[in-house]
Amino acid sequence: MYAFHEGGGIPVVDPSSADGVFSLLWLVVALPLAGAAILLIGGKYTDRWGHLLGAALPIGSFALSLAMFVSLLGREEDDRQVVQELYTWFQTGHLDVGMDLLYDPLSALFLLLITGVGSLIHVYSIGYMAHDPRRRRFFGYLNLFVAAMLMLVLSENYLGLFLGWEGVGLASYLLIGFWQHKPSAAAAAKKAFVINRVGDMGMSLAIMLFFITFGSTSFAVISAGAGEASQTTMTILGLLLLLGACGKSAQFPLQAWLLDAMEGPTPVSALIHAATMVTAGVYLVVRSNFVFELAPDAQTVVVIVAVISLLWGAWIGCAKDDIKKALAGSTMSQIGYMMLGAGLGVAGYAFAIFHLLTHGFFKANMFLGAGSVMHGMNDDVDMRHYGAVRKAMPVTYLTFAMGYLAIIGFPGFSGFWSKDKIIETALADNWIVGLCALLGAGITGFYMTRLMLMTFFGEKRWERDVHPHESPSVMTIPLIVLAALSVLGGVMLAGDWIVDFLSPVTGVAPHEDPPLPAIAVTVIAVCVVAIGVALAWFLVGKREVPRVAPQEVSFVTRAGREEVYGNVINDTLVVNPGRHLTSALLTTDKYVVDGVLTGGPVTIGVAAQVGRRVQNGFVRSYALSILGGALLVALALLAVNAV
Amino acid sequence: MDDVTPYVVLSGILFTIGCVGVLTRRNAIVVFMSVELMLNASNLALVAFAKQHGNLDGQIAAFFVMVVAAAEVVVGLAIIMTIFRTRRSASVDDASLLKY
Repeated sequence: MYAFHEGGGIPVVDPSSADGVFSLLWLVVALPLAGAAILLIGGKYTDRWGHLLGAALPIGSFALSLAMFVSLLGREEDDRQVVQELYTWFQTGHLDVGMDLLYDPLSALFLLLITGVGSLIHVYSIGYMAHDPRRRRFFGYLNLFVAAMLMLVLSENYLGLFLGWEGVGLASYLLIGFWQHKPSAAAAAKKAFVINRVGDMGMSLAIMLFFITFGSTSFAVISAGAGEASQTTMTILGLLLLLGACGKSAQFPLQAWLLDAMEGPTPVSALIHAATMVTAGVYLVVRSNFVFELAPDAQTVVVIVAVISLLWGAWIGCAKDDIKKALAGSTMSQIGYMMLGAGLGVAGYAFAIFHLLTHGFFKANMFLGAGSVMHGMNDDVDMRHYGAVRKAMPVTYLTFAMGYLAIIGFPGFSGFWSKDKIIETALADNWIVGLCALLGAGITGFYMTRLMLMTFFGEKRWERDVHPHESPSVMTIPLIVLAALSVLGGVMLAGDWIVDFLSPVTGVAPHEDPPLPAIAVTVIAVCVVAIGVALAWFLVGKREVPRVAPQEVSFVTRAGREEVYGNVINDTLVVNPGRHLTSALLTTDKYVVDGVLTGGPVTIGVAAQVGRRVQNGFVRSYALSILGGALLVALALLAVNAV
Repeated sequence: MDDVTPYVVLSGILFTIGCVGVLTRRNAIVVFMSVELMLNASNLALVAFAKQHGNLDGQIAAFFVMVVAAAEVVVGLAIIMTIFRTRRSASVDDASLLKY
C-alpha cells in the first residue's frame, strides 16, 4: 500500500512483507558476495574456474531479478513495495538498524540494470582479461562491486545504503588500481577514493541528521515524517545528500576522479560508468525524493550542479584524444542530464531513471566496444592512431554505431526518447536550463561524431606492428546484446509505461500544458544534434587527422584537454593549501611543541656537560672545594649567630 | 680562668699550615702529614677550650680524634703503598683516573 503526503505528490514508503519469490531477495546480493568471498579467499586454488564462477553468479542474480520483476508486474499497482527484514544489524540506544531489503519499482529497475549489464560485462571480461595472470582476482573484485551496488539499491534504510555506498567505493578503488604496477593507476585509484571520501562526508552527515531529526534512518519512517521537519532541515539534508551524490556520480565540483579512473581495465570503466557507481548518485537523489520535494532550494542547487556538469563533461569530451577519456567526459555529461531530471522534481524523476537505464545500455556498449578496439590495437588508446577500424572489426563497428546513434539521440534509438524527455521537462521548468540542455545535446552530437570518425573512418593512422582483428565471440556477443538494448531501450517509454511504473516511488506529476508542444521540442533537439554532427563532419571528417595532437590550438581546446582545469582548480584551492598547512603543522610540531617538551631536559643536559668538568680527578681540587664549603658553612653560622 | 688565646692562635697557625700543605703538595706522604697536622691542630684547640671551660669534654674528644687518626693512618698508608707499588709514583696528581 502507498499513501500520499497532503498537498505534495510524493508517496510514503509503506511496504508489505516479502513472500513468494520475493523471499529470495537476499540471494540477489548474496550470490555475487559469495562469489567475491570464494574467489578472494580461495586464492590460487580457484584460478582455473574462478572466472566462470564469477560470471555465473551475477547471471544467477539476474535470473532472480527477472523472476521478481515479472512477479512484481503481476501485483496490483498500489502493492508493489516489498520489504524483507533479514535481521537486526545493530541496536544501540534509540538507534535500531535492521538489515532490511526494500524491493519496489525503482530498485526493481536498478536490479535488472546492475545484474543484466553487469553480467554482460562479466562475460566480456572472460575474453578481455584472458591473458591477465590475475584474472581470478579481477573477477572477485567485480563480484564485490556488483554485490555492493546491489546492497546500495536494495537497502531499506540509509545506513544499509551507506554500507553499499562504501562497498562500491572500495571495489572501485581496487579495480581502478587493478594494474597496480602502473604508478598512474595507483594514483588514479587513490584519487578516486579520496574525492569520493569528500562526498561520503556529506552522506554520513546527512545520515546523522536523519537520525537526529527523525530518530531513524529507515525510508518508511523518514518519508512518513518528512512533512513535520522544518524546511531548513530539509534543505540542509538535501544539500548534504547532493554532496554525497556529487562524489559518487562525478558531478561538479567532485568530478576530477572520473577521467583518471580510466586507468582501470576497460570492463571496469564500463561497469563504473554504465551499471554501477556513477548511477548511485542519481539513485540517491531519486530515492530521497521525499527530502528534495520539501526542499526547493536544494532542488535548485541540484539543477545548477547538473547543468554545470552536463556542459563541463561535454566540453572535455570534445577535446580528448584518448578514446576512453572522451567517453568518460561523455559519461559526466550524461549523468548531468540524469541529475537535471532528478533536480526537476516529480516531473523529472522517472525520466532521470529512464535516461539512466538507456545510458546504462549504450554507454556499456560503447565502453566495451572501445575495449574491443583497444584489444585489436595493442592497447593503444590514442584515437589519432586509429582510423578505418571499421573494416577490420565489423562487429565492433556496427555495435558501437548503435551506441553512437543512441547517445546522440538519433530518432527512434533509446537515447533519443530519454534525452528528449529530459530536455522537454527542463524547458517546461526553466527556459535557461532547457537551452543549456539543448546545447549539451548539440555538443554531444559533435564529440561523439568526432570520436566515431577518428576511430572507425578516415585513413589508417595505425602504429607499426598493429594488426586489428575482430575480438572473440565471448566479447562480441555481449556487445551485440547491448547494441540491441541501445536500439530498443526506448520501448520502456511506450504508453508512458516507465512513468506509471515508477509512480509508486516518485509520485505523480500534476499535468501541465508545456510552453512548447512536445513535437516542437523534439524537432528542435534533433536539429541541434544535426548541427553538432555536421560541425564534426566538417571539422574532423573532411580534414586530415594529424597523428600528433597539434599544439597551436584555441583556448577552448586547450582547456578541454586539461579537463577544463578541474585538476588545477582542485590543486589551487584544496591540495596545495592542504600541503602548506601540513608542512606548517609539521614545522610547528617539530620546533614549537617539541621545543617546549624537550627544552627542559636539553638545558639540563647542556648544563651537566659543563658541570661535570668539576669532576677532574685531582684530589687536591676536591680538597679545595671541601675547604671552600667548610668556610661557607662557618661563615653562614657566624652570620646567623651574629643576628 | 687561664688565658688560652696563645694556644688557639697556635692551633689556627698549625691548621692553616696543614691546609695549605694538603692543597699545594703533590707527594701523598706529605699530604698525609699535612692532614695529621690539621688533626693535631684541632686536638690542640679542643684541649685548650676544655681547659678554658674547666671540664674534660674536649680532652675526651681529643683522644677520640687520636684513635681515629691512628686507624686512618693504617688504612691511608696501606693505600698509598699499593698505589706506589703499581704506579711507581706517590704523586696525588698522577692518580686522577676517576673523573668525568
